[in-house]
Amino acid sequence: MKSILNKDSNKVLVQGLGRDGSFQTQKCIDYGTEVVAGVHPTKAGENFNEIPIFGSVEEAVKHTSPDIGLIFVPAPFASDAIIEQVDAGIETVVCITEGIPVNDMLKVNNYIKGKKVRLIGPNCPGFLIPRKKLKVGIIPGSIVSEGKVGVVSRSGTLTYEAIVQLTMLGIGQSACVGIGGDPLHGTSFVDVLQMFEEDQNTEAIVMIGEIGGTREQAAAKMIKESISKPVVASIVGQTAPEGRRMGHAGAVITGKSALASEKIKSLKSAGVYIADSPTEIGLRLKELI
Amino acid sequence: MQLHEYQAKEILNSSKVPIPDGKVAKSGIEAKEIASSFGGNCVVKAQVHAGGRGKAGGIKLANNPDEASEHADNMIGSFLKTFQSGDTEFPINEVYIEEASSILKEYYLAVTMDFDFKCPVIIFSTEGGMNIEEVAEKYPDKIIKIHVDPLVGPSPYKIRNLISVFKFDKEISSQLYKIINQLYGIFISNDCTLIEINPLALVEGNNLVALDAKITIDDDALFRHKDLLKLFDEAQINKSELNAQKNDLAYIKLSGGEVGCMVNGAGLAMATMDITMKAGALPANFLDVGGSASEERIMEAYNIITSDADVKLILVNLFGGILRCDVAAKGIIEGFKKYNKSVPMVVVLRGTNSEEAKNILKESSMEIYFSDDLPSAAEEINKRLGK
Repeated sequence: MKSILNKDSNKVLVQGLGRDGSFQTQKCIDYGTEVVAGVHPTKAGENFNEIPIFGSVEEAVKHTSPDIGLIFVPAPFASDAIIEQVDAGIETVVCITEGIPVNDMLKVNNYIKGKKVRLIGPNCPGFLIPRKKLKVGIIPGSIVSEGKVGVVSRSGTLTYEAIVQLTMLGIGQSACVGIGGDPLHGTSFVDVLQMFEEDQNTEAIVMIGEIGGTREQAAAKMIKESISKPVVASIVGQTAPEGRRMGHAGAVITGKSALASEKIKSLKSAGVYIADSPTEIGLRLKELI
Repeated sequence: MQLHEYQAKEILNSSKVPIPDGKVAKSGIEAKEIASSFGGNCVVKAQVHAGGRGKAGGIKLANNPDEASEHADNMIGSFLKTFQSGDTEFPINEVYIEEASSILKEYYLAVTMDFDFKCPVIIFSTEGGMNIEEVAEKYPDKIIKIHVDPLVGPSPYKIRNLISVFKFDKEISSQLYKIINQLYGIFISNDCTLIEINPLALVEGNNLVALDAKITIDDDALFRHKDLLKLFDEAQINKSELNAQKNDLAYIKLSGGEVGCMVNGAGLAMATMDITMKAGALPANFLDVGGSASEERIMEAYNIITSDADVKLILVNLFGGILRCDVAAKGIIEGFKKYNKSVPMVVVLRGTNSEEAKNILKESSMEIYFSDDLPSAAEEINKRLGK
């Protein structure tokens, strides 16, 4: 399976064209993304800015052969949308929806195990590749610039913060990928780091982690073993109290390994450059290139 | 959402997990009646959303109904602070009166989600009554974890292996086997994120019973559990946090802080707290106004932050995406007008309609210091607080 960074065809299907979904879909189109179909259970036969809306993903796939599925469906129905897209054979599924029950994502994760699909999210801002004029999700197109730095993050607006810092310093991005703030998610840091390592257009990597879980430690281990490109990382939540969920379902300190300090320690030992303050991500990267 | 012990035990009982007899009481008189029905010997337990109640005086033994009544009267209406609850004091509005048990041995049993393995996990330990993290550190060989494939459920062979490791006799084995299956069933059908039985006690007569019970429900799944939603006890939550929750704001009060933070996005909100600390000040709260916050929601956010007497300065850091900065600015002005509270503000606005937002704020009479980016906002905080 080719990496999402290097696919030849990037036709997008959007499921869930409500208020936010419609607004964001328009932003994707404005940026240059090729949106070929919409899916809405009660709007079949209608159009969204000349894009046909179908009643099911299967129907939409039959007529428009999309490569990527983008989901804005409300949380109670979002896991079903993911499964519907997987069943219809869509290879890259990006789920923006926040607040999907853990049990639902448990089923999704088990269902997609071993299947030919890359799930990004849920509760994520999606991904954006400036070079391809491809924006799948909600990262603002106005702040990115084309270049050689790959950005990967668990957070939404904090990703924008990092992108802005890079752009202001004249450092463009090869791709920006938000993997989401939920504890049960599809694509992980490790997956995206691997993509950046293999991507000819990426020369350096920015990784933004946060408290909770052990995803950053897994990333550190992987960086040590198989990433040759320089990595700058920042971990937020150093001031967060223990045991409280900091907005993201996954951002809660339970046990030592969930602490920012522990994550920083393992990243440092893997040779990662740490931006002590989230304000220094861009500057830290500039020092390296 | 956390449940009280008595609520958790009702759920256990309805799934046939053995528990001691018990009933909830709202006064000393009620406690006395219940204790009499148990023959006098009983335990009076404060119903609060905090662990570590025993050490904090929230669990008392009573030898007769009068003692039970006395303990209940002392507890009800007071506040409990435990080593696990930090600075928070939890109000005791109810006590649970439970038949006293003669304990032979205490075990630990829990079902929770293992996010690294992406599946539920059953945790059993022979060292009950202790904090499980402590057991994990001191006696790692006394804990057994069973990872459960959600499509298969708890495999009988895995439970048999657990039983054989600890060499339980036939009768206890069969009870434990049943309890594990019952708990797993409760865990899945109620969208729990945690069920913890600590201790699971072996009592006289060779029976296993759940002496304590903690259940936490996935907030995101509450929409399909209207029955559980009724069990929510507002009194156990900090007033500002409750008000925030009702307005769809993710807010957490942080003790000792002086800079109130208003941010969109959880990651950026945490980053903003960290930046505040790097600037030499302490954040007074975590606050994520959410993706598509309305004017009203921002207004309430303003009210919550300015109601905190610790707050000397507010840092507003908004990155418009789905959120429109001009809408947020109007919300701040409305909040200022409606609640008539003013605290100096350092404001960073970027993204969607940020210029319009700045103009709206500039026209107000509020004390506002604009910054173009976070490093300069940090400097401004420093300057304003005279650090």
